[in-house]
Amino acid sequence: MLVQWALRVFLLIVLAVMVFPLFMLTANSLMGRQELLETCGAVLADYGESAKLRIFPMYPTLRAYVRLLLDSPEYFTAFWNSMIQTILVLAGQLLAAVPAAWAFAQFRFPGKKVLWFLYMLLMILPFQVTMVSGYLVLNTMDLMDTRAAVILPGIFSTLPVFILQKTFAGIPKELLEAAKIDGAGDLRIFVSMGIPLGMPGIFSILILGFLEYWNTIEQPMTYLKTEALWPLSLYLPQMVNTEIAAAFAASIITLLPALLLFFYGQDSLEQGIVASGVKA
Amino acid sequence: MQKRQRKTSHRKWIRTLRNKKRSERQGREVRNGYLFLLPSLLGTGGFVLIPFMDVVKRSFQQAVGSGFVGMENYRMVVENEAFRLAAGNTARFMAVCLPLLLVLSLGTAVLVGHVTKFQRWMKTGFLLPMAIPAASVVVFFQMVFDEKGWLGQLVGVFGITGRDWLASDSAFWILVACYIWKNLGYDMILWLAGLGAIPEEQYEAARVQGAGEWACFWYITLPQLKETTFVTGLLSFVNAFRVFREAYLLAGDYPHESIYMLQHLFNNWFVNLDIQKMTAAAVMLVILTGGILGAEEWSKNHTKKIEERRI
Repeated sequence: MLVQWALRVFLLIVLAVMVFPLFMLTANSLMGRQELLETCGAVLADYGESAKLRIFPMYPTLRAYVRLLLDSPEYFTAFWNSMIQTILVLAGQLLAAVPAAWAFAQFRFPGKKVLWFLYMLLMILPFQVTMVSGYLVLNTMDLMDTRAAVILPGIFSTLPVFILQKTFAGIPKELLEAAKIDGAGDLRIFVSMGIPLGMPGIFSILILGFLEYWNTIEQPMTYLKTEALWPLSLYLPQMVNTEIAAAFAASIITLLPALLLFFYGQDSLEQGIVASGVKA
Repeated sequence: MQKRQRKTSHRKWIRTLRNKKRSERQGREVRNGYLFLLPSLLGTGGFVLIPFMDVVKRSFQQAVGSGFVGMENYRMVVENEAFRLAAGNTARFMAVCLPLLLVLSLGTAVLVGHVTKFQRWMKTGFLLPMAIPAASVVVFFQMVFDEKGWLGQLVGVFGITGRDWLASDSAFWILVACYIWKNLGYDMILWLAGLGAIPEEQYEAARVQGAGEWACFWYITLPQLKETTFVTGLLSFVNAFRVFREAYLLAGDYPHESIYMLQHLFNNWFVNLDIQKMTAAAVMLVILTGGILGAEEWSKNHTKKIEERRI
């Protein structure tokens, strides 16, 4: 019993450290301009002697949010850009990565091992290594500085294929054999058995993909020059430098969709992560 | 001996009969397999695989025109001081933070697995950092590690003057901390899954024979986490490259030299349109990563075969 309590207390302390940044962001987003300058000004705006640690704002106000939502059209443009970018990438991944993972999990064909190896390799390589080849293609297709430059390569990321393959490979063989004996074709089996049984995995690649493309910086930074096309993840750092008062509120609103997804999808996210880790 | 031979020839005969049907089925399997793979393969092929051939070709050419220069570009990269610094830093970062993250997250997973209440909330809390945008993370780190930040004041109490930790050798460790903070939850969930797959009876049997907690962990848990370790390690490796976001926002194109990574270098080459160096370095990195992955896969298959033979 004592051990159980000691354990809980210890984990709670670790947890407090883990979520502390989120706490600070929320507190700062509720501060007025003056209070914000007093607490963070020393670090972020060259104001005052030293930063102060204040977990609860002394004069909480929603002014930053109001200002942000009513008075900064650029923020909305960026928000919208992020939405388009993320949703189109995810939709494309559903069409490309899900069947590909199914092929790797359920079929035998020549060259499978080599292709799987290439997919894994592409998954590992950081964006910067494939940046040149991406640039060469986008440039010849005349897609540089368009939304498609971020979206198209994102669709064909191989990480979701890797994660989903494990989920699909975990589907009991007997189940699929039974359907085959009943005369179901390959497409039918995929649609009516593979997809429903692989749902946790599909949800989890969607959530992981959302987090990834909602927060991505490298791709838009490299391929987008026009600021009007920038997603939130690129626009936010700029905001921190120019309008610090609204930047914290902007951070909170930025992470809100991700957070909501998290709370509603945590179980499937976990199941999906689990499926990718357990022996297939 | 003769009997056995007859038996095998008999089997062979049945097999040829079966094979006809099977080859039809196999033909369909191959075709449909490729059809399922096709959309993804076209995209990856078009955006990465085929253009990469071009990258390989360019890595042997001069900047203007298409004259063949042999290994010249490679020599230039290897002798480049920035490349050496960046490659060293990246290797060091991986060597430090991967084992650290794996051990810490395994420890957390074991502890969280032992907690009876609030487990779900704890998981949520640990996963939360994944959702925080890099820009916000960076503001937090500035608040802590700036010269006038919180840490400076904390050590000020003990009579040590604060400094800008982000512009010192400590930047490396700050980045390590950032990586671990962000990925601890994800890895923890992976470990929890691996731990959950180990049958409870094994522990009970060991305990009956007087094994302690530590012995159980060492002799039962660890050996059965092999596959989980591989996947967790691989995904952590993938995520380790993404720490560039924080590093970049924290310190820009040219950060303190302890966190000048390959990603920074590629980025700067890209900005300067230094395609020659980029292509040569990209080819080298692909060969290196492919080699490591290939060796890993080979040894995995090899041990699997040995184990199968034993059974």
